[in-house]
Amino acid sequence: MHCGMCLPTCPTYEATKVERNSPRGRISLMRAVADGRIGTTAAFGEEMYFCLGCLACETACPAGVDYTTLFETARAEAERAGVLRNPKRDFIRTFALKGIFTRPGLLRFIGRLLWLYRVSGVQSLFRGLGLNRLLPYRLRELERMTPRAQAKFSHQLIRETERPDGERKYRVGLLTGCVQDIVLSDVNRDTMEVLVANGCEVFTPREQSCCGSLHAHNGDVETAKVLARRQLDAFNLDSLDAIITNAAGCGSHLKHYHHLLADDPAYVAKARLWAHKVRDIHEWLAEIGIRPPRTEPVDLHVTYHEACHLCHGQKITRQPREVLKAIPGLRLTELTESTWCCGSAGIYNITQPEMAAKLQERKLGHIRKAGAPVVATGNPGCHLQIESGARKFGVDVSVRHPISLLAAAYRRERR
Amino acid sequence: MPPTEFPKLLASIFPPENLLTAPEDLVPYSFDGTAALQQMPAIVAFATSTEQVSQLIRLANEKGFPVVTRGSGTGLSGGSLPVKDGVVLCLSKMNRILEVDAKNLTLSAEAGATTLAVAEAAEKAGLFYPPDPGSMKISTIGGNVAENSGGLRGLKYGVTRDYVIGLEVVLPTGEVIFTGNKCVKDVAGYSLRDLFIGSEGTLGVITQVLLALIPKPAARKTLLAIFDHMEDAANTVSSIIEEKIIPCTLEFLDRVTINCVEDYARIGLPRDAAAVLLMESDGHPAAVEEEARKMEEIARRFRAREIAVAQTDEEAVRLATARRTAFSALARLAPTTILEDATVPRSELARMVAHIQKVADKYRLKVGTFGHMGDGNLHPTFLTNERDSEEMHRVEEAMKEIFDYALELGGTISGEHGVGVAKKPFLPKAVGDRNLEAMKRLRAAFDPNGVLNPGKIF
Repeated sequence: MHCGMCLPTCPTYEATKVERNSPRGRISLMRAVADGRIGTTAAFGEEMYFCLGCLACETACPAGVDYTTLFETARAEAERAGVLRNPKRDFIRTFALKGIFTRPGLLRFIGRLLWLYRVSGVQSLFRGLGLNRLLPYRLRELERMTPRAQAKFSHQLIRETERPDGERKYRVGLLTGCVQDIVLSDVNRDTMEVLVANGCEVFTPREQSCCGSLHAHNGDVETAKVLARRQLDAFNLDSLDAIITNAAGCGSHLKHYHHLLADDPAYVAKARLWAHKVRDIHEWLAEIGIRPPRTEPVDLHVTYHEACHLCHGQKITRQPREVLKAIPGLRLTELTESTWCCGSAGIYNITQPEMAAKLQERKLGHIRKAGAPVVATGNPGCHLQIESGARKFGVDVSVRHPISLLAAAYRRERR
Repeated sequence: MPPTEFPKLLASIFPPENLLTAPEDLVPYSFDGTAALQQMPAIVAFATSTEQVSQLIRLANEKGFPVVTRGSGTGLSGGSLPVKDGVVLCLSKMNRILEVDAKNLTLSAEAGATTLAVAEAAEKAGLFYPPDPGSMKISTIGGNVAENSGGLRGLKYGVTRDYVIGLEVVLPTGEVIFTGNKCVKDVAGYSLRDLFIGSEGTLGVITQVLLALIPKPAARKTLLAIFDHMEDAANTVSSIIEEKIIPCTLEFLDRVTINCVEDYARIGLPRDAAAVLLMESDGHPAAVEEEARKMEEIARRFRAREIAVAQTDEEAVRLATARRTAFSALARLAPTTILEDATVPRSELARMVAHIQKVADKYRLKVGTFGHMGDGNLHPTFLTNERDSEEMHRVEEAMKEIFDYALELGGTISGEHGVGVAKKPFLPKAVGDRNLEAMKRLRAAFDPNGVLNPGKIF
């Protein structure tokens, strides 16, 4: 099937109008490689990395083509063939994907350094003296994007077991993520609080590693498998009703563990049970029924950006809006093109800064028009991308996770 | 001409960013929306002006190389399939809406504008552009004109041809002409415009389109009638027409198609039904009510087990949108979907529907049938695998029998997809030798050197 229904929903095709930059074009290249009509060339590899992996094409595809698997396999093929290898890229990949994201302790240490960079005043000094202008363009852009690491990480904010005051209705496991843990650990705390407020006992393993989505999406399937196994080992699934994630990009990948580990007899059964129990936080709340906060209405005007890996990757669109609408007084203005990628796309804003910047500008334009002072979104990548975009384009908005807004409402109950 | 010479030759017309020659760039242009057809071009050129198109065609005519015009590549008969080692001229970057003239109710656009963009621009001005082919979100208006595309509203509003009042065309020899104008009436000379509509890119390259718009209907009502027998649905349609009711839409889906569409769209279609009819009436509110009531009555007479009425505009749009995905959704069941386009007079629908099933059974093939029943245009779709040559052979045999029967009933081999390459073998029988001869003479008069889309239609 090559009907082209995916073309108008693909952000890269929309930007270039060149068929190679579309899902249909990319799949035709994958097929040409598989059939031996073309080799696994550098141009092939580059194209696979020009794809955002936003999966808007999967939502649009009436034929149900599994683009996720095709695209992960194609990137892995490009890595296997080594067509994109160069010393700089190899160093970054080994350093970041294998070195840092597989070591939670080291990741937290770097997070601490980032925090120090900001609070010690070095960042202000650096920028104040204009030293950042001395950096090459790419590094300068990266410096500008440096996320605000939190003073405390998840394990310092959440106890291993948190119990609800009243009746315990469910027992759930909470994933704290890697980027989320460092940059948005408050979202993890808020998630725990919302779960507890809804009758869930929350179990949070002290040290968690990256879920491996970055690796799977970037052609490193083997490391992704290692990380998946580690994740499965951290939980006793039989004792839990659900495994909760609040990061869309992770959730979308976590639900595929049984595909990832399909060839691993020791883990495939557990991976299947895992996939069955993983829930995005919005999905879980909508499923068990959100307890409305017992507070006076507040004047809160919000617009909602849909993370690709929530709306396309997991088809979760209704539930986050239910979460927002459960907050007394909250006014939701729908965002134009709410399901269009913001350009974050995992590490895409680092690997493809030009295209990412175009999408960021487009997104911020719509946000400005929506006129709400708060943008809600349920994924750390989007969160940081929109935050840095707001600074860059001077749009006066704060970015919040929907769950943080709900948690704030529950907190008001206690006052 | 050796393909290696194209880059240098075309560089005098197109800037480098609008020329593609790498294999990785060409593979995605080696097919269109038609199954099992593939051909590698030598080069793809994106035009951004009519002048560039004219220069390219002039050059092609002079040097004698083939040019295939392409929009978004959603065609379903292989009309924009490249010629091996030839040039693909892609118009997707010429996509501006040029004017909406609210005084004369016309719209003008470049050929690469999408059908959706045209429809939306019309709607913004409170007007209506009715043709709505299944791929309208991405298909280009130039491609629609070249294929004379239809859609879900054909029986009341007609097809693309009925809205084209002017065209800018680059002739196969390179001259640019504009044929037509904003007048409602015009009999000055031959209507050349009408020759280009449905010419499948063989008589000229359409670069600009002038369209007639109509006022937006004030009201609409959408019904979904559910049947336990396919023939009952077909007879309902024939009776509606016989009772002189011309609704906007009468769409049909059989059980196989219903299930595929429901798997994708999840809008609550009845999975156990043998057929559903999507019926839509639009116009003056009172007329709409009357028409809908009569259609409901007729459907009940033919044992419709249930008739659901869309309660909101959104629900109506969801139903029509879901219907538009039918062809693609069928690909859930098989890797290759061979879609046919046979069309019969509406009085013969029940016989045609029964025949399709009979043929599928005879050749042991899985078929899903849906289509624009209200205008007699059915889309039996064979679910197969192009890698299975034995089964593909049976599909060909089955297709032949369906086409033969359609012709026997006074029908045609293609209602709206065109002949392209896919239906080329069947054209002589469909139109007869004298018609075919006249067509060949016409084509030779316009394109003496066989520059545009050679090998297509006949």
